[in-house]
Amino acid sequence: MNHALIEKNIGLMAVLTLLVISIGGLVEIVPLMFQAQVIEPVPGLKPYPPLALAGRDIYVREGCYNCHSQMVRALASDVQRYGHYSVAGESVYDRPFQWGSKRTGPDLARIGGRYSDAWQRVHLLDPRSVVPESNMPGFPWLAKAQVSAAEVESHMRGLARLGDPYSEADFASVAAAVNGKTELDALIAYLQGLGKFAPKETPP
Amino acid sequence: MSTFWSLFIVVLTLGSIAALVWLLLATARAKAGGAGQTTGHTWDEDLTELNHPLPLWWLGLFLLTVVFGALYLAFYPGLGANAGMLGWTSGKEVGADLAAANRKLESLFAQFRDLPLEALANDPKALDVGHNVFANNCAACHGSDARGAKGYPNLTDDDWLYGGAPEAVLTSILRGRNGVMPPLGAALGEAGVEEVANYVLSLSGRKADEKLAAAGKARYLTVCVACHGADGKGNPLIGAPNLTDDIWLYGGSLDEIKTSIRNGRSGQMPAWEPVLGKDRARLVAAWVLAQSKPVAPAGQAP
Repeated sequence: MNHALIEKNIGLMAVLTLLVISIGGLVEIVPLMFQAQVIEPVPGLKPYPPLALAGRDIYVREGCYNCHSQMVRALASDVQRYGHYSVAGESVYDRPFQWGSKRTGPDLARIGGRYSDAWQRVHLLDPRSVVPESNMPGFPWLAKAQVSAAEVESHMRGLARLGDPYSEADFASVAAAVNGKTELDALIAYLQGLGKFAPKETPP
Repeated sequence: MSTFWSLFIVVLTLGSIAALVWLLLATARAKAGGAGQTTGHTWDEDLTELNHPLPLWWLGLFLLTVVFGALYLAFYPGLGANAGMLGWTSGKEVGADLAAANRKLESLFAQFRDLPLEALANDPKALDVGHNVFANNCAACHGSDARGAKGYPNLTDDDWLYGGAPEAVLTSILRGRNGVMPPLGAALGEAGVEEVANYVLSLSGRKADEKLAAAGKARYLTVCVACHGADGKGNPLIGAPNLTDDIWLYGGSLDEIKTSIRNGRSGQMPAWEPVLGKDRARLVAAWVLAQSKPVAPAGQAP
């Protein structure tokens, strides 16, 4: 195959060009797509319970990821501030994951249990009432909106189709778990579960 | 990573490096006709292509990148499942960085370890570190000025729910505290809540309805006395607040006091030992102790 041949056949040149520029993606991306299927959840990790799942949707809807990452990087400064660095097995039930890349506020990957429910409630409604120098917006409407059991259940059924191990008993438990709960309750349930199954031992 | 994908990566990576080297050598050779000549093609009537060999400096840089790539793949993980000769992982790197940081901190903490909390509270260097720990961990609830917020105690006064002795403050930090004021709305009834609230107001010398307060006293002495004491001075062993001063964790208006009695309160101080460790906890305890100052008596401006 010589220069003149390629130069004169635009179709052949396009095919060869595509072949060359796809190699990077084939090496860097494709193996990871198959590897993602075999990542084991960290010990103890279960798919989100109904209320926390509803809270996760609210987290995404309100755009929390615009200011908060959920990814403790493998850097000494990150580990000292937040705890053990994030590992892939923590995110297997996150669709999509909320790793994020921008920290206007602090990272939330290890926020669960760091503050009391009461603090989270006050802080979400009016952040400056507990942290005067905070620039986080308040989310007062969350306390007024109710979580819909039907929506949560259909979301869970959708995730089950994608392979999350929800059982019929889980679907049956939805109504009891979310009825009468506000979106604020749901978001707090989600936040308080973050990092619950993070690796505990200090990194080697 | 499975053997298949590992091989897939190795073959494609090494194959493309080899292909690039071949391409480089193939095009580096001057073609027939020699430097300065055209390749012999003519496009669009008079467009021709000069045939210069690649400049030597560029060729050298390209070969350097190939050498760099080969060395990188040999020493670091890159070729599929191959871990590389250095055995480097990001986990090991962060572990080494942390160990180095901890060695530095160790020498900082070591000088404070044998000093009692009272001495630390007067040591500017210890207070400096303690203040940083406070700002990073405690300020979210207690405020960056340590004055607290509704439901989160003010640490700058000398009123302590669980006692202000240095060891008591340190214990609060290390183990956390769970304040439990049970909801008494059902037991007292709405009228009872009103009466007790008036009595509580009168305890701190504030204006209250005398008739209601007198009725409230009787109820207080059966229901509230167990924790807050007959004189209303509270009990630091269980964190029952002193009701006779003018310091109110959840607000001191009649309505707020009624809400506290009716619905109860549950203040939570998390246990910080797992997060901070003992060294940092002692330094932050010292800083907190240094912030505590006697408050001006009620009625006077602070």
